[in-house]
Amino acid sequence: MIEKEPANFTVLDLLSLELKEQNDLRLRCVAGRAGLTREIPVPDLNRPGLALAGFYESFGWERLQVFGRGETAFLKKLERDGLDVEAYATFFSYKIPCCIFTNNLDPGERFLQAAENAGCPVLITDLNSSEFSLRLIRVLHDIFAPKTIMHGVLVEVFGIGILLVGDSGVGKSETALELIERGHRLVADDVVEIRCLNGTVLMGQGTNKVVGHHMEIRGLGIINVTHLFGVGAIRDKKQIQLVCQLEDWDPNKVYDRIGMDELTAEILGVKVPKLEIPVKPGRNIPIIIETAAMNERLKKMGYHSAKEFNQNIMRWLESESARTMYFSRDDY
Amino acid sequence: MVEAETTIKNRAGIHARPSALIAQTAVKFASRIYLEKAGNRINAKSIMGIITLAASFGTRIKIIAEGPDEQQAVDAIKALFESGFNEELG
Repeated sequence: MIEKEPANFTVLDLLSLELKEQNDLRLRCVAGRAGLTREIPVPDLNRPGLALAGFYESFGWERLQVFGRGETAFLKKLERDGLDVEAYATFFSYKIPCCIFTNNLDPGERFLQAAENAGCPVLITDLNSSEFSLRLIRVLHDIFAPKTIMHGVLVEVFGIGILLVGDSGVGKSETALELIERGHRLVADDVVEIRCLNGTVLMGQGTNKVVGHHMEIRGLGIINVTHLFGVGAIRDKKQIQLVCQLEDWDPNKVYDRIGMDELTAEILGVKVPKLEIPVKPGRNIPIIIETAAMNERLKKMGYHSAKEFNQNIMRWLESESARTMYFSRDDY
Repeated sequence: MVEAETTIKNRAGIHARPSALIAQTAVKFASRIYLEKAGNRINAKSIMGIITLAASFGTRIKIIAEGPDEQQAVDAIKALFESGFNEELG
């Protein structure tokens, strides 16, 4: 497991993101195109009202600057009072990643000119400020989330995201293929990109659209899962809720026989339940994975098979010993 | 652990056939073998993994092996890259 270097995320990358529906930022660039290569160093935004009024202490200049109705009205006032030249000069002396105007507000000729001269991109969106801020923070936190790439297969089985890991040739892809055949879904084969959202959720997806949803099956070669099994057999991303480690049966290793002790795998600092599943010819791994998924769902609903089973045994043993005691009494 | 660096010598880059060659060579060794491009590390025994690297002509690739036959593994894979996978060289 290797930590991925955080790539430089520029304003141009922000503009070219392909976002849909509730995440669409609806941005377009109106000035300062030369600065589109500026990097966005932090996933935060700032309302620059105080800075424009001349208060630059603790100014979050490295953040995206969002101009709403208030800020835009203030720009107009600055221009009316003839204070704009100086204010804009100070403002743009910081290397701001970009300025974003919400509500389709017009920044005004003079602001655009100042931005153009400073090489600072000015973007406009038709969303209102609070909606835009929500979407932007959601999108940026997604992009800035810690990332890693793992070797394994990510499948969705009965709604549970399961990451199959194990050495090459142990049968991860074959297991996944059987699961797909049984109506479950493939998220990514072989190379899974995992991002940690909110520090608690592990989101897994394929690394690349071109290679996505293809599988390599020894003896068959590369197959296109979407074309063979239909769009119902695939999913773009899924939270990882269980890790199944497939390994060759080792007669000297002790495998869990009861399921009371819970193993966990740690990915990007998040603990995920883990099962170690020994593979031996004739063992039907896909059915074991399916059962593991259903068992995981039961656990989420508050029913723990192994624990419940043990409690019943203990209760039975107790009643048994009470009965023995009762029947062995002398006065009976 | 043994590491070596190489560049892609064939014009077409690492498409399906070269990646199959790499994976086929890699599985012959017991060591864990990785390829790394710009900080992205993948398992060299996985064809899909190698393709995902999107290594085009001239890209620098690091070969890393860890295990009992690490030196032989790195040498064999490096030789494969150097030969340009018997394809047209750039």
